[in-house]
Amino acid sequence: MTPTPTRPGPVARRGAPPARWRARHLQGWLYAAPTAVIVGVLFVVPLVLVVWMSLNRWPLLGPAQLNAPDNYTKIADNPLFLDAVAFTLKYTAIITILLSVVALGLALLVQERRPGVAFFRTAFFLPGAVGFAAAALLFYGMLNNDFGPIDPLLQAIGITDEPVKWIGTPDMALFSTIALVLWRFAGFNMLILLTGLQSIPVEVYEAARTDGASRLQIFRSITLPLLRPTLALMLILSVTGSLLAFDQFFIFTNGGPDNSTVSMVMVVYRDAFFRFDLGGAAALSVVMLVALVALNIVQMRVLRRSR
Amino acid sequence: MSPRSPRRLVGAALLGVLTLPIMVACGEEPNQIGPVTVTMWTRAATQAQSERLVQAYNKSHKNQVKLTVIPTDNYQPRIAAAAGAKQLPDIFASDVIFVPNYTSQGLFMDITDRVAALPYKDKLAPSHMKLGTAQNKSYTVPHTLDLSVWFWNKDLYRKAGLDPEKGPSTLKEFAEQATTVQQKLGKDGKVHGTFFGGNCGGCYVFTFWPSVWAAGAQVMNAEGTASLNDQPAMTDVFKIYRDLYENKATGPTAKEEQGPTWTGFFPKGEIAVMPMPSTTLGLMPPDMKIGVAPIAGPDGGESTFVGGDSVGISATTAQPDAAWEFLSWTLSDEAQVEVMAKNKDVLARTDLSGNKYSAEDPRVVLINSLVAKGQTPYALRFGQTFNDPQGPWLRLAREAVFGDAAKVAPLNAEITKSLQQ
Repeated sequence: MTPTPTRPGPVARRGAPPARWRARHLQGWLYAAPTAVIVGVLFVVPLVLVVWMSLNRWPLLGPAQLNAPDNYTKIADNPLFLDAVAFTLKYTAIITILLSVVALGLALLVQERRPGVAFFRTAFFLPGAVGFAAAALLFYGMLNNDFGPIDPLLQAIGITDEPVKWIGTPDMALFSTIALVLWRFAGFNMLILLTGLQSIPVEVYEAARTDGASRLQIFRSITLPLLRPTLALMLILSVTGSLLAFDQFFIFTNGGPDNSTVSMVMVVYRDAFFRFDLGGAAALSVVMLVALVALNIVQMRVLRRSR
Repeated sequence: MSPRSPRRLVGAALLGVLTLPIMVACGEEPNQIGPVTVTMWTRAATQAQSERLVQAYNKSHKNQVKLTVIPTDNYQPRIAAAAGAKQLPDIFASDVIFVPNYTSQGLFMDITDRVAALPYKDKLAPSHMKLGTAQNKSYTVPHTLDLSVWFWNKDLYRKAGLDPEKGPSTLKEFAEQATTVQQKLGKDGKVHGTFFGGNCGGCYVFTFWPSVWAAGAQVMNAEGTASLNDQPAMTDVFKIYRDLYENKATGPTAKEEQGPTWTGFFPKGEIAVMPMPSTTLGLMPPDMKIGVAPIAGPDGGESTFVGGDSVGISATTAQPDAAWEFLSWTLSDEAQVEVMAKNKDVLARTDLSGNKYSAEDPRVVLINSLVAKGQTPYALRFGQTFNDPQGPWLRLAREAVFGDAAKVAPLNAEITKSLQQ
């Protein structure tokens, strides 16, 4: 029997001075420290605080009182929140489908390098450079029945006879908000999809054309399957962003008319800052966070599996 | 030194830099020596009055006040966020109707002794003082008074064949005059009989409730825990405005008006007669001929919503003496007469209403006289019930004026529930 040569690694390590190891460990910690501090201060600490708040009756000033699980059980008795959940899900479904279709359409339009295409890419992306709150105010002004320019314009070219109540009815308020969000985000999503489209090798398209594939066949059998990872990213961004919708409804429709456009985050905001129920608002936030994390896990698994 | 040491040092230094602001924030101490600057917040609705007071004070005093004006709709959330973070300013004004809630949350400092030492303590606007007092302790003093009154445009009245010197004395007359102007001058869509904030809870209480009070009725019980907004005194008022809207005698956007621009149409000369805040009288175009009348009930009477702001010292301030120096100065003869009255504002002190400036304008005299006739409703849960766009009151008012009036009774029960939360 030949003696097995001793593997030097672990033995040598075991024999190395422990101080050196500790120093390397410390060095690693120090490298990670700035990020860890930022994540800790800006994410972990607030998260723990919110969970703690949700278990307490938390006044604006003064000591908190443990009241768990009251803040959670009373969510079922909050009709405004339950309505907001239904509305937010409806809004998320509509905006995600529309945004995907419009963004993909725009990306396909400007996919190939042609004269003038840079102009259109810039033009489509430009609304994305406007702050969302500013965009909401801009639409509020543009569509305002008293001083907005859209109504007189539509009447001048004969499309409408009288001012349109852009945010006057529940359906119109939702429609106008969707128009705002599409205008603001379609270009940004187009950019995401464009990077995916351009990563598809040209040779694949050429081979398909040589084989006599039609445009529709190429789109269905090459573009869509190879674009799936990018579409998945866009989908996750759109769903998460839409479920957390706030600015557009807070600024543009103010939740109206008649509470028809109240999103979930608006209810959290209302409970915290109008009703001063910080504990209740924290409980709503925790529930939303858990739901969002669960949804994203499901979404990622489904998208991975279908790849 | 090993070659790794500088990296370690850099890492440690970075960590130190990142944690430094936290340590500094924890160790901050107030500085009370020499002239100090106190911070003050106010809402945009009463910005003009606050700015004038602060400017006059800063000119004549060593201590200085730094004023921050916050959009009216965001004021409550900003106060709540600041209180939660213990970052309230030294002084903050508040819509007088929110004061009981802020007081119950402990946001204002107890200033009972300081108020008691004022020689004119019994002459301070009674409605503001009542809402600023809890369990016999004073927390706020009046800052600005903003009363709801009817403004009418004399030029439009004359053009429509109405007597330009005779405004409405009942709500029914108000509706008749608005309808007349609409019929005579409103054909091109540029002039309207009247206007109101139809999607704004605060606008409704400010402009509709005085008609209920003028008719001798109430909108809530005295404790602010039961709503009476389904009673005939209120529904009669809703009905008159509903008819005005259905007859297209209001501006076309009254139903959608969320509040920020509801007072903007009258100064443009587009509206014949409408309820307006008295603080806007001094801001009207100088050449515009405006009549002012008290808000009346359907068949007469007079009342007003005594709104405006109260002001107090925040419970977290480190400079209460400097803050009180400013507050007590704002109530002095000098500030009240030379700053407030000079600009046609309603005074926080009833003993100065006959001052030389107010006497020059009978409209200001009329407004000052209404302070005693008007009301400021008390409810601990006022904001979340009546001002919040998602609160139950706005839904009730909109159903009553634009929608299904049969829903008023169940929605009134929701208001009561909200008041009792």
